[in-house]
Amino acid sequence: MSENKYYVPEQSALPIFCATAMGLMAFGAASWVIEGGDAKIFLVGLALMTIVMYKWWSLVIDENMQGLASPQLKHSYVLGMLWFIFSEVMFFAAFFGALFYVRVFVNAWIGGEASVALFDSTPTDAATANNDILWPGYERQWPVMETPDQAVNGDQAMFKGPDKNMSLPLWEYPASQWFSKLYTLLPWLPLWNTVILLSSSVTVHFAHTALKEGNRNVFLRYLGITVMLGFFFLCLQVAEYYEAYVHYGLTLQSGIYGTTFFMLTGFHGAHVTLGTGMLLIQLIRGLKGHFSHEDQFGFEAASWYWHFVDVVWLGLFIVVYIFG
Amino acid sequence: MAHGPAEGITRWLYTTNHKDIGTLYLWFSFAMFLTGGFFAMVIRAELFQPGVQLVQPEFFIQMTTMHGLVMVFGAIMPAFVGLANWMIPMMIGAPDMALPRMNNLSFWILPFAFAILISTLFMEGGGPNFGWTFYAPLSTTYAPDSVNYFIFAVHIMGASSIMGSINIIATVMNMRAPGMTYMKMPLFVWTWLITAFLLVAVMPVLAGAVTMMLMDINFGTSFFNAAGGGDPVLFQHVFWFFGHPEVYIIILPAFGVVSQIIPTFSRKPLFGYSSMVYATAAIAFLSFVVWAHHMFTVGMPIAGELYFMYATMLIAVPTGVKVFNWITTMYRGAITYETPMLFCIAFVILFTFGGFTGLMLSVAAADIQYHDTYFVVAHFHYVMVAGAVFSGTAAVYYWLPKWCGRMYDETMGKLQFWLAFIAFNITFMPQHFLGLAGMPRRYADYGLQFADWNMVSSVGAFLYGGAQILFLYNVVRTIMYGKPVAEAKVWEGAEGLEWLVPTPAPYHTFTKPPVVISSAAGEDEWTISGATPHVAFKAAPGAG
Repeated sequence: MSENKYYVPEQSALPIFCATAMGLMAFGAASWVIEGGDAKIFLVGLALMTIVMYKWWSLVIDENMQGLASPQLKHSYVLGMLWFIFSEVMFFAAFFGALFYVRVFVNAWIGGEASVALFDSTPTDAATANNDILWPGYERQWPVMETPDQAVNGDQAMFKGPDKNMSLPLWEYPASQWFSKLYTLLPWLPLWNTVILLSSSVTVHFAHTALKEGNRNVFLRYLGITVMLGFFFLCLQVAEYYEAYVHYGLTLQSGIYGTTFFMLTGFHGAHVTLGTGMLLIQLIRGLKGHFSHEDQFGFEAASWYWHFVDVVWLGLFIVVYIFG
Repeated sequence: MAHGPAEGITRWLYTTNHKDIGTLYLWFSFAMFLTGGFFAMVIRAELFQPGVQLVQPEFFIQMTTMHGLVMVFGAIMPAFVGLANWMIPMMIGAPDMALPRMNNLSFWILPFAFAILISTLFMEGGGPNFGWTFYAPLSTTYAPDSVNYFIFAVHIMGASSIMGSINIIATVMNMRAPGMTYMKMPLFVWTWLITAFLLVAVMPVLAGAVTMMLMDINFGTSFFNAAGGGDPVLFQHVFWFFGHPEVYIIILPAFGVVSQIIPTFSRKPLFGYSSMVYATAAIAFLSFVVWAHHMFTVGMPIAGELYFMYATMLIAVPTGVKVFNWITTMYRGAITYETPMLFCIAFVILFTFGGFTGLMLSVAAADIQYHDTYFVVAHFHYVMVAGAVFSGTAAVYYWLPKWCGRMYDETMGKLQFWLAFIAFNITFMPQHFLGLAGMPRRYADYGLQFADWNMVSSVGAFLYGGAQILFLYNVVRTIMYGKPVAEAKVWEGAEGLEWLVPTPAPYHTFTKPPVVISSAAGEDEWTISGATPHVAFKAAPGAG
């Protein structure tokens, strides 16, 4: 190894077991969702995946502790994490794109209001016909409280709009009353979720600064607070979903509003769960003394991920909640 | 790292070596190429004569669907990933890929994904029957149950592609030998860096599209259902936002291969190196903003039609830059016509032809006639087969001596080339005529007026299939009995780091990073210790 400063790992059985686990999970998930199927194969895959992930990360951490990871390899890890986050950005872009497309174009077409030109609000013949023939009675609206299905089929409709939506409560009042109605924001969960998630981005940054300064206790304290905030966020989201399903009549099946609402916030919530898990593992590693003020990639990667999740939330808060 | 490969099957199962993984990718892709080719043979056999003869329409549409899926995701993409694995570390002076274990994972996901995908053909209700573009609601409301297997197979394929691309990006950005600046990298490395970026950007969007399908099918969401306020056209937008960059993901590495081979056999440096790099980047950028030219007949606002038409035509500019550069590289070169060069020249001619039919399709008004006809089928087979597959074949012939230390049989190589070249044109040239005459794609039967050209096309297809068997035979024969090659620089006019290391390439290429020195003539030259001492090469030509 003396003249070769780059660490090329020896043969490893981990990747093929990981691929096997992915294959089992994919096959198992498909047979699970098909009517009459069950989750057995998926769970076997998941169990195998959990074992592989644990072993794989332990191995990487071990190698790092032994000093096998050169600065160049560590830079590869940095690049890997950053491009992984970029791929996540694009995943969310697909769902945000779907939301914008539905709100801007589809809604206008079904509602018969798609206009002939940018600054001319005359509806096109196609849009008018679309509305008259296919979805008579449907009016362009967002959030979609009455689906096209309901407009045509009434109570027989498969897709029934929600009774209540998640938008900013102030919109229910005329602009002149907004100031006096500010108190309605107090019980509005998304606001609290925003406060929690934004604070957690700050605390994780404090933890990072403390770690770089070699201040271990402060690092652990702030990281602990961050994990707790992540956990609170998830609790509030569960409460919000419960509220939606039980009191608002807002479900995955309640038309495109429910669809986009739950898919966007749901995938975000899944990412918060993952991020909280990552930070929790870093906290455990921190308690074990794995980090030094110059070697902290595991923690940094988790914190970048956390900041990313935070930015996605800001996007959600603006387009799904405030202007939802 | 003095040790060689491990013994037995674990060498392949547990490997972390970029060459082993490259080999796995290449063999896997060839197996998929034959599988997808078999599906194509079923299609052409059924279309040999009008009427339903061999397979039922329900099965025929499964064949066209699986042919497309297997060829795009199983044959072409893994073939170029295999080439990337083999060549990129050798070309940039890296000891291996940046993340070797993840590299192995990226490969081994593929056999599982395709086992799941192909197994759907044997399921109740049959396999995917909605075309490789899986438009909703065909793929949601009206799909067989097996669509769920398709969805999850696509998910893990996507994971494989994303990991593979991240690995390539990290390797190129982080593992270049000292002195190997970006603008000195061989063009194959450049095109792959840009391809990998495209993959990381759009594979997640594909994951989003199939996730929306999954939710619509099983959990009552209404992304693609107008009754709930969604829109089936939304599917096409999301799909083609992935799908259009995907066609450049397939063709850009092919551009890279051709840009390596043409200079070698023209014995001239590549003309306009930096313009090639910029053109590749421009194509990649444009690929994100032209997707709806696949949807001209779906009912878009006129402003949308016009925008997507003009933006699409713009792609002809950087693509033209590339074609002119290849031709100018050959101009007044001392050209010899070895098999790889033959495939590359055919590539330039036929790809340009396919590019021109693409330009015809980009005219929104004209596309209303061409849309979903055999004209489109002919167009994309000119760029996919004569483009990607020809350049992949050229790459195998070109680098095979470096990989296994043995020379292929030139006569047999040329025979395969001429057979493939002629059979390809017999297969796909008539499809232009069929399409212009109005024959729609994806149908098991057709009107009698299409009978003659369909028979010609089918004969060509069987010949083309035969040419692939010859290819397989030639490659296997070379590996086992080919004439040994001793010199590091297998081809007289070849340049680049991969021709500096011994032949066959050692299991671990570089024990020390190669060193760049500037010669008296002001050109960059590479030396490498451990190999033949003081062999020097010019770096990527045209670089400042």
